Amino acid sequence: MAGPVLEMRAITKTFPGVRALSDVNLTVAAGEVHAICGENGAGKSTLMKVLSGVHPHGSYEGEILFKGEPCRFRDIRASERRGIVIIHQELALVPYLSIAENVFLGNEHARRGIISWHRTLTHAGELLRRVGLHDHPLTRVADLGVGKQQLVEIAKALAKEVELLILDEPTAALNDEDSRKLLELILELKAQGIACILISHKLNEIARVADSVTILRDGRTIETLAVGPEGVSEDRIIRGMVGRDLEHRYPERTPEVGEVALAVEDWTVQHPIDHHRNVVDGVSLHVRRGEIVGIAGLMGAGRTELAMSVFGRSYGRWTGGRVLVNGREVRTRTVSEAIGHGLAYVTEDRKQLGLNLADGISRNISLGALGKVSRRGWINEHEETRVAERYRASMNIKAPSVFTETGKLSGGNQQKVVLSKWIFAEPEVLILDEPTRGIDVGAKAEIYAVIADLAAQGKAVLVISSELPELLGLCDRIYTMAEGRLTGEVQRADATQESLMRLMTVSAATQNEQV
Amino acid sequence: MAQTGTTPQTRKTAPEAVGRTSVRDVLARALRGNVRQYGMLVALALIVVLFQIWTDGILLQPLNVTNLIQQNSYILILAIGMMIVIIAGHIDLSVGSLAAFTGAAAAVMMVRHHLPWPVALVACLLIGAAAGAWQGFWISYVGIPSFIVTLAGMLVFRGGTQIMLQGQSIAPFPRGFQKIGSGFLPEVGPHTNYHNLTLLLGAAVLAVALLQEVRGRRQAASYGLELLPTGLFLAKLAAVSAAVVVFTLLLASYHGFPIVLLILAVLLFGFGYLMRNSIIGRHTYAIGGNEAAAKLSGVKSKRVVFLAFVTMGVLAALAGLVFAARLNAGTPQAGINFELEAIAAAFIGGASASGGVGTVLGAIIGGLVLGVLNNGMSLVGIGTDYQQVIKGLVLLAAVGFDVYNKRKAGS
Repeated sequence: MAGPVLEMRAITKTFPGVRALSDVNLTVAAGEVHAICGENGAGKSTLMKVLSGVHPHGSYEGEILFKGEPCRFRDIRASERRGIVIIHQELALVPYLSIAENVFLGNEHARRGIISWHRTLTHAGELLRRVGLHDHPLTRVADLGVGKQQLVEIAKALAKEVELLILDEPTAALNDEDSRKLLELILELKAQGIACILISHKLNEIARVADSVTILRDGRTIETLAVGPEGVSEDRIIRGMVGRDLEHRYPERTPEVGEVALAVEDWTVQHPIDHHRNVVDGVSLHVRRGEIVGIAGLMGAGRTELAMSVFGRSYGRWTGGRVLVNGREVRTRTVSEAIGHGLAYVTEDRKQLGLNLADGISRNISLGALGKVSRRGWINEHEETRVAERYRASMNIKAPSVFTETGKLSGGNQQKVVLSKWIFAEPEVLILDEPTRGIDVGAKAEIYAVIADLAAQGKAVLVISSELPELLGLCDRIYTMAEGRLTGEVQRADATQESLMRLMTVSAATQNEQV
Repeated sequence: MAQTGTTPQTRKTAPEAVGRTSVRDVLARALRGNVRQYGMLVALALIVVLFQIWTDGILLQPLNVTNLIQQNSYILILAIGMMIVIIAGHIDLSVGSLAAFTGAAAAVMMVRHHLPWPVALVACLLIGAAAGAWQGFWISYVGIPSFIVTLAGMLVFRGGTQIMLQGQSIAPFPRGFQKIGSGFLPEVGPHTNYHNLTLLLGAAVLAVALLQEVRGRRQAASYGLELLPTGLFLAKLAAVSAAVVVFTLLLASYHGFPIVLLILAVLLFGFGYLMRNSIIGRHTYAIGGNEAAAKLSGVKSKRVVFLAFVTMGVLAALAGLVFAARLNAGTPQAGINFELEAIAAAFIGGASASGGVGTVLGAIIGGLVLGVLNNGMSLVGIGTDYQQVIKGLVLLAAVGFDVYNKRKAGS
C-alpha cells in the first residue's frame, strides 16, 4: 500500500487546568480500518475533535498531515472539504426532514439557493444503494430505526466524498443484527478505498474489522498494534488500556458490613423510544450497610440507566424486576416513593439533572428534603440558611455566601452542593453516579473522604465510576456491566484493572460462545 | 465521552471573610443578586420624579394617585398570576379573554338573572378556577405547550364572551358590586381633614411592617445568621416608614383607601409569602429553574404546574370582575391586550424568559412602571400611539439590560 493517509504528530491539547492530550501520535495507512481504544476519558474524542477541526488549528500543538499535506482546519467544514468526516455517537440528523434532505444538509444540490429535487433524489438514491439502505429517499428520518439512521449518516459522509471516515462508537446504540450489517459496510467501504477510524469499546468488533489499533491512556499514545488473524489478542489490548496510575489517595477504612440494605432483582428496562432494546437486562445486585460497592462499565453499559430507573423509574420503560429495601419489597415507582424508602441518587450530570443553577446554594441543598426545614408546608428560611451554612463548613464549599447561585460555582463545589443535598435527605442507600467527574484532584480527595464517612455511618453506598483506580481504591466489592447486563462481581482483594476491563468488554456475542 | 475535563470557569469564586461585614459588602451583594428588581425600583422612582416635574405636580396629587391605582389594579392582579406562571416556566395568553368572560358571566348573573352579587362573585371565581384547571390539565397532564393551550383559550374565552353577551354590553351592576372596582373604605369617627380609617389602616400597616422587620432580625440572630449592619437596618426601617406615611397621607387626603387596593395588598402579601415561604412556592421555582433536577428531587411537577394555572384562572376571573365593576358593565371588548400588559409587567419586574426567576413584588413593580408611564404620558398629552412605542422600548430595554448583566457576570 501507499504511504499513510493520515499522520497526526505530537498532538498536545490542554484545557484550563487539564492536559487532555499530550504528545499523541496517530498514523493511519491508506485504505485501512484503524481502531482507537481507551477507557472513558483517555482522550479519544478530544483527538478526533482536533482532527476534524472542532478544536481549530492554533488551539493545540503538533501537526496534522493528510495525504502528506499539512492541514490547518479552522472548523468542521474545512476538514470535511478535505474529505475527513466524523460521525458522532449521538447522530446529528434532523428527524422531521427526509433522508434525502438530511444527506445533503449543508451540501445541497442547488443553484442560486434553489434546490434541484431531481438531482437530490437521484443522487440520494445512488448513495443509499451504496450503503445498503432500501428505503425511499423521501422517508422521514424520524420513521427510521437507529441502525438505518446510522446508514443515513454514512450516506451523508459519502455525499461529501469522504476519504477518511471517523466513526465514534457506531454500534453502541445498535442491536446485534444492525451492528453486524454496519461492520460489513465498513469493510465494503474499505474495499472502495475509504479509510476508516473506528472508536470502539467492543474488542470483538475490533478484531473483526480493524487492521490495526492504537491505544490511548490518560491522553497519551501507549502503542499501535497490528490486528488480524495473527495479530494481537484481546488480552493484549486490555493490558494497554488499563494501568492508569493510582494517583489519588484514598481514605483508610475498616468496613463494618451489616445487613443487606438494598437489593435489586432481575431489573429490566427498555429504551424510552426503541422498545426492542433492553438497556438494562435482568440485573440483580445488592449493597449492605456500611459497604461501598462499585459498578464498573464502559459507555453504554447501562449503569446510569439502571440507577435512574431504580430511583423512581426516572429513565426508560420498566418491564420487570423488584427492589428490596432492608429485605422488604418496596414500591419505587416515583421519585418521592424512592426517597421515602431511603434511596438517594446523585446524578452524573449535575448541571442538567442535579442543580437549579439559577438558584442559590441553600435552596438547592434543601430541595430534596424541604419537609425537614418546614412546618405544615411553610418553610423556615432561617433554619434552611443555618443548614446550608453547616454544609458549607463541613463540606468545605467555597462560595461567598450560601445564597450564591450554584451556576457560578466551580465543578467541584457544585458537586459538593449536590452531595450535601442528598446527605441532608438522610437516605439509607446512596447511589453516586460518577461522583468525581470533571473536578480537580483536591476536591476529589475531599469527596472520597465524604463517601468513606457515609459508609462508616452505616449507609449503603453504590458508586458508579468510569475510573477503575477510583473503584479499586474506594470499593469493597465491584460489579461489572456490559451492554445492559451484569457480567461479573469481584471482591476488592481479587480485583485488578485487567480483570475488571476484561469483564467490562464482554459482549453478547462472546458471552454466548462461552456458554 | 468525558474527555473535555473540567468545566471552564470564567470567574473564580473566592471565599470572602465572613463575620464582620461592611455596609458596602452587603449592598454590593444585594445588588448583585437582584440587579433587575432593584434596578426597576430605582427606575420606577426616577419615572415618578420625572413625570412629577413634567406634569407640574399633577402626577402625585391625591386624586391622580387614586386613579392610578384603580386604573391599573386589574393589570396588577393579572401580573401577580402571570409572574407565578412564568416562574414555573410557562406562559398564559388567555387571561385577557378569560377576564372578559368572567366579567360577562357576572353581568349575566347579576343583571339578567338578579342573583345576589356575592353569590355571583363566588360563582365567577369558580368559573375562573375551572377555566384554569381546564388549561392546566392539557398543559400539565397531556403535555401540550402552554403557548398553544392558552392561545386556544384566548380564542375560546373571547368567543364565549361574545356568545354570552350577543355582542352587547350589559349594565348596570348593583351598587355593592361596583364598589369593588371604584369604591372606598367607609369613613368613621369625627370629621378631620383626612380620611380617618385610612389613617388608622396606615398606622396599622406601619406597625405590622416594623414589627415584622424587627422580629425577622431577632430570629435571624437567634439562628446565628449574618445580620444587616445596624445602621443599614435603621435606614431600611426609615425608608419603609417614610413610604407608608407619605402614601397614607396621599390617600387619606382624597376619598380614602380604595377597596381594590385592599384586595391588591392582600394578594401581594399572600402570594408573596406563598412563593417565598411555602413548599409549593419553592417547588414552582425549582421546576422553572430545572425541571429535570426538580423531578429527580421528588418534586411532583405536574401537580404544581396544574395548580399554577388554576391560580392564574382565579386571578384572571378576579381581574375581570374588578374591571367590570369599575366600568359598571360587562362588555365583549373587555380585557383586550390585558395578557400582553401582564406579561410585560412580569418581565419588566424581573422574570426570566426561561423560568425559575422572579418575585411577586417584582410583578407589581413592573406593573407600576407601565402604569405610571401610561398615566404620566397621558397627563402630558403624549398620544396612545407614541405611548405604545415607548412602552415597547422600555420592555426591550429592561430585559436587554438583564441579559447584558448576566453575560457580564459570566454565568
